[in-house]
Amino acid sequence: MPTIELKNISKYICQEVNLKTLDKELLVLLGPNGAGKTTLLNIIAGLIDYKGSVLFDNLPVDKLSTSKREIGYLFQDLVLFPHLDVASNIAYGLRAKGEPLPKIKSRVDELLHFMKIRHLSSRYPKHLSGGEKQRVALARALALSPKVLLLDEPLSSLDTQTSKYLRTELRQLQKELGITTIYVTHDLVEAEEVADRIAIIYNGHVDQVATPEEVFFYPKNERVSDFIGAPNILNCDYCRSVGRGIMEVNCGGLSIIVPHDGNSVQRIALFPRDIYISDTKPPGPRVNRFKGVITSIKSADDAVRLEVKAGGNSLLAEMSHSIFEDMDLTVGKEVFLILKLRRIRAYEGKIG
Amino acid sequence: MSKLKRLSLGWGILPVAIFLAIWEIVARLDLIPGQFFFPPFSIVMQEFYYLTANGVLGHNFLSSLTRVLIGFCAGSIAGIAVGIIMGWRDVINKALNPIISLLYPIPALGWLPLLMLWLGIGEALPITIIFICSFFPVLYNTVTGIRNVDKDFIQVARTLGASDTKILTTVVLPLAIPNIFTGLRLESGMAWRVIIAAEMVAIPTGIGALLMKAESLIRIDIIIVCLIVLSVMCLSFEKFFAYMEAKLTTKWR
Repeated sequence: MPTIELKNISKYICQEVNLKTLDKELLVLLGPNGAGKTTLLNIIAGLIDYKGSVLFDNLPVDKLSTSKREIGYLFQDLVLFPHLDVASNIAYGLRAKGEPLPKIKSRVDELLHFMKIRHLSSRYPKHLSGGEKQRVALARALALSPKVLLLDEPLSSLDTQTSKYLRTELRQLQKELGITTIYVTHDLVEAEEVADRIAIIYNGHVDQVATPEEVFFYPKNERVSDFIGAPNILNCDYCRSVGRGIMEVNCGGLSIIVPHDGNSVQRIALFPRDIYISDTKPPGPRVNRFKGVITSIKSADDAVRLEVKAGGNSLLAEMSHSIFEDMDLTVGKEVFLILKLRRIRAYEGKIG
Repeated sequence: MSKLKRLSLGWGILPVAIFLAIWEIVARLDLIPGQFFFPPFSIVMQEFYYLTANGVLGHNFLSSLTRVLIGFCAGSIAGIAVGIIMGWRDVINKALNPIISLLYPIPALGWLPLLMLWLGIGEALPITIIFICSFFPVLYNTVTGIRNVDKDFIQVARTLGASDTKILTTVVLPLAIPNIFTGLRLESGMAWRVIIAAEMVAIPTGIGALLMKAESLIRIDIIIVCLIVLSVMCLSFEKFFAYMEAKLTTKWR
């Protein structure tokens, strides 16, 4: 399966975009709405004209029409043909290419079995659930054995539970088929779960291309950091395993318990929304509870952000306006920080 | 037939039966003065039988039916064909749309004086009127149907390797069927209304001509027979296209 490379691509909001996938990898294009993610996908598919060059396996495909690029494209709304039943939807591409009937039948049977939707073959899209539609759309995109798979927010129309289940399945499927895939989403959790690497797209620019861990622990700039939730990144100068996937780390004088299965921890990330603040000493064990002093308070539309000095660290915490008003917090006041154990991310290893 | 269907049919027929009964009673009891201006339903049916038996109704009906079928089929086929081209190709749409927009609002009967001078009084006249009456609305509905097909369907088909012709025939046209059939359904009824009017004004044969003859002879019963035939034909044509549309799209709509 080929690598995909974008060279100096310009179209709409996207200007001079350069991006390259690795062979057989699943690269997630992550960014807010209107960042240009779908535009890039449409450019790779050849659905819109553009400036610059798209290369599959280092060969330009700019002059090839969409039908000749050998891509499978899963659209955001899945776009199943309403007038065709499931089997005919899957067979559409094979029929369009004029494949012989026995070959079409056997390939459709194979995909119905592979996607576990054999029982749906004669149903029309209006009688399918969201998850079923997603499987049919994926089977249709895979019918022509494409070299490249393009997925445009494929799970956005599904409920959280189905979406969570299907992204695991989608990931397994991609690994099984070894097909180079570009996956567009604006959901950070979804991106983290499916990606080999994440490309952060903002205002038509690629801000960072890295593994999910690298994006979290080494955000390239403030914009990336803000997009992923502006986590507090702390360097660890000491760590030891305390068993059962739990480690104790020391960051700037704070001894923090983190969930981690590996051998060592270099950095930890704490999201501001996952740090509770209390103006009285919190009850319970003294684990992950620290004394600190408020050094600044910033009020935003959605929440109040407080900077708290604890040990040698300056931590950003977040709370709702109503809680903030109830607590009477001011700069210089001594408070207690409580870190949510399961929300602490630990990073082990070196950045490539 | 299921009990529910029988019940539903019964409810459909009952108001008509009551209406006919009231009509018969009012006419028989002479509640409206001058019975020949308002014959009972039974007399109308009797006249319907005579006209059918002596072939007058059949002959005129066939004349109208032939004109409607030829004019409507030709107009619809042409409307669909031009509509497909206009809907599918932007350039052609831009070129033809101003002309179509100019001609579409002219009522079909408005063409009558011009066509009488151009074509003379003959079979070509009513057929051309019906052609015009069907062509523009069917064309308009076809263009709308094709242009309203979600562009995503076309994009998907393209990513699946379909050629433009394939996309048109296997995706766009099937999805435009509801719109096209709306045009056909409405205009099939309209064709009957227009042919009657054209025959009343300019053609010596057909149901419309029979209506005018009956009027000059003050034969209300014959007039009502003609109106009933017209009503049944309008309804039958519209129902036929509604049935065809449902048959083609019920599975997926």
